[in-house]
Amino acid sequence: MQATAKDTAELRLGSLEELEKLRGELRAAEDPNHTRIIVCHGTGCIANGSAGVTEALKAALAAAGEDIAVMPGIKTTGCHGFCSRGPLVIIKPKNIFYQQVKPGDAEEIVQKTIKAGEMVESLLYEHPQTGEKIETTEDIPFYAGQQRVVLANIGQIDPTKIDDALRAGAYAGAAKALTNMEPKQVIEAVINSGLRGRGGAGFPTGIKWNLAAKHEGGQKYVLCNADEGDPGAFMDRSVMEGDPHAVVEGMIIGGYAIGADTGYVYVRAEYPLAIKHLEKALRDARAYGLLGENILGSGFNFDIRINRGAGAFVCGEETALMRSVEGKVGEPVPRPPYPSDKGLFGKPSVLNNVETWANVSRILDKGADWFAGLGTEKSKGTKVFALVGKVNNVGLVEVPMGIKLREIVMEIGGGVPGSDHFKAVQTGGPSGGCLPWQDADLPVDFDSLIAAGSMMGSGGMIVMDDRDCMVDVAKYFLGFLEEESCGKCFPCRLGVPRLRETLNRFSKGQGTVEDIDDLYSLAEAIKAGSLCALGGTAPNAVLSTLRYFRDEYETHILEHRCPAGVCKDLITYSIDPEVCTGCRACARACPQNAITGEKKKPHTIDESLCIRCGMCFESCKFGAVQVQ
Amino acid sequence: MLSLTIDGNKVEAEAGWSLLDTARQNGIEIPTLCYHEAVEPFGACRLCVVELRQGNNSRLVASCVYPAEQGLDVYTASEKVNNVRRWILEMLLSECPASSEIREMAAQYGVQTTRFEISDPEQECILCGLCVRACAQVVGANAISTVGRGAQKEIGSPYLTPGDDCVACGTCVTVCPTGAMSARFERVRGVPSVVMARSVKR
Repeated sequence: MQATAKDTAELRLGSLEELEKLRGELRAAEDPNHTRIIVCHGTGCIANGSAGVTEALKAALAAAGEDIAVMPGIKTTGCHGFCSRGPLVIIKPKNIFYQQVKPGDAEEIVQKTIKAGEMVESLLYEHPQTGEKIETTEDIPFYAGQQRVVLANIGQIDPTKIDDALRAGAYAGAAKALTNMEPKQVIEAVINSGLRGRGGAGFPTGIKWNLAAKHEGGQKYVLCNADEGDPGAFMDRSVMEGDPHAVVEGMIIGGYAIGADTGYVYVRAEYPLAIKHLEKALRDARAYGLLGENILGSGFNFDIRINRGAGAFVCGEETALMRSVEGKVGEPVPRPPYPSDKGLFGKPSVLNNVETWANVSRILDKGADWFAGLGTEKSKGTKVFALVGKVNNVGLVEVPMGIKLREIVMEIGGGVPGSDHFKAVQTGGPSGGCLPWQDADLPVDFDSLIAAGSMMGSGGMIVMDDRDCMVDVAKYFLGFLEEESCGKCFPCRLGVPRLRETLNRFSKGQGTVEDIDDLYSLAEAIKAGSLCALGGTAPNAVLSTLRYFRDEYETHILEHRCPAGVCKDLITYSIDPEVCTGCRACARACPQNAITGEKKKPHTIDESLCIRCGMCFESCKFGAVQVQ
Repeated sequence: MLSLTIDGNKVEAEAGWSLLDTARQNGIEIPTLCYHEAVEPFGACRLCVVELRQGNNSRLVASCVYPAEQGLDVYTASEKVNNVRRWILEMLLSECPASSEIREMAAQYGVQTTRFEISDPEQECILCGLCVRACAQVVGANAISTVGRGAQKEIGSPYLTPGDDCVACGTCVTVCPTGAMSARFERVRGVPSVVMARSVKR
């Protein structure tokens, strides 16, 4: 419902007291014991058909309506994180957890669970190791191992309803800052919390704010970096989709702390749902007087604009992002001057990423000491990771800093399909590196990851198994960065393609061991010589895989073999006649018609026709197709 | 005056000078390609990188954009610096093999040949962007820009068709460090009479 001007005036909250009064009324109006059905409407679940599930549940409830004493409400929320199990349906207050729900299950859920209080066994999550059926969210290892600070409200609230966010505590931190604290005290609180930027580099947030705050008076800006572009990463998207008010609130606090009256959210145009939810959050916050002039009677004016990015990875670099907001070509510029002195439109500016801003809201609400009590000595708080790749539980996880890599992948992630270990975990996106199984007990924090040759980055975590080739992985990330390099500085524009070409040769079994030494030297030149962090970190994929998997590189070069069976020029597919049942599945899958053989008799692959696509390998149920 | 050390020698700099200014004022040579006194420094070619040392820490910065600061310890030809220059020059030899300027500069750093594949033997343009900046900042015509991104980047007028915004002044040709712009000039300039009429009205 669109608020009219008159409504807006009525909705406006003029003080801290009015905000808390409204919050109290909203909370009182909701009975915590009332049955509610929560359907995940994160992008992953929507793609799996959760909108249809919601409709079916509504219809089934309406049909059964007469018999239900109190009609349960259906709430659509942001991402619950357990994306590989979607669509997810959770029934409050018992937190009954149903996974992979289809519209056809709605009737049974209503009849059995809502009316009779029984479980629908087939929809319950099954423990991957024990096979035990688990009824509630809290008992599922994927959730039990997490500590949700940034994601606390996501999956609990309807992101399009500000009242729901207020009930969950939204804007309490901002209200406290604006009405009871001096800007200096706000910065002090953020410094004392030990919060470090979640966008990649881990710069202390409060110190960054202080640098901009020391310019007294004049126009300043705060910006939110929502240009999440790492392959496989969706932390920031989920926060914006699932709890947009946390980001808005963080930016209000930041604006107040440094003396900025305007904020910009730079968000990728490829995130339409995030943009929609953010826009709604901004409209609602304005209507409640939480954005705009004289917020909560504090005399502080602040508003936020949304800028859509056109999908250039380099625009996640802070100086390039600011040029893009200014309407210029998104290319980085040298620092100094730093953005805290001369940033957006040449004015002092603070840029933090989505997760950092969401953390700021929590810190001001719950206190710096509380936050400083989470995590490790030098990496405070929690970190959200997008756990993807060869892992049983694909999804979004939030864990305390310092947790071991093994715990994330093997416990929360439920381990690697068909294996008791991972080969490597890639962290930090294209700028990061690959960590081997030997590092499984590495604490995941900013400094340990850098010491191990990777980085925290914004939170991508790609799990790889023995079927992943490290030369190929390094080649993939270099190819990505080659595409995304802005081309301004020479080491990055010229050097990254050359690195990739060298790896291309390796993957064909060409090259020499001396080429590896040259790779190190060129990588060093690119790291040291590039203008921005894109080029400065581009060689990490090569350097970290060389560090831990040098033998795999050498096998490619010296033995002309790809142990993982990935590099097409170095592998051959064959069919084991002892195992082959002649089921014809591989022959049907082969796009080249390279596989021949009579029904129920062993098949063979014609080497000269084979393009090594691996379709036969994937299609064989008996393990008869071999790759060497 | 600021006091700092370059290659072990004490030098003085005025506030606002870059490290490149400071070095050149003190007779210390630092190679550049994308730098020109007439336009704002850009920090793109990275040939002018110098090493800053502080205790055990060391990092490279582009001297054309890095400001001179009191007490800096600067090295203009350390191994770290020369490694960057040699690689850039070797890669430029394959990227723009037709440029004699690049060949000469590379030879000064002992780089005579390139191990990398040459895709266009006629290419001279190093994409330093000096022509673009001179057109914008000196002439004010903004007739050309870089087009595309990364490896696809090139210099051109809007939509890569000759445009009337070009006043055919030739500044871009003059500032071009490799002479690549003279071959592109005809593809950039449009019809000068239209521009003349406009400037008369003004």
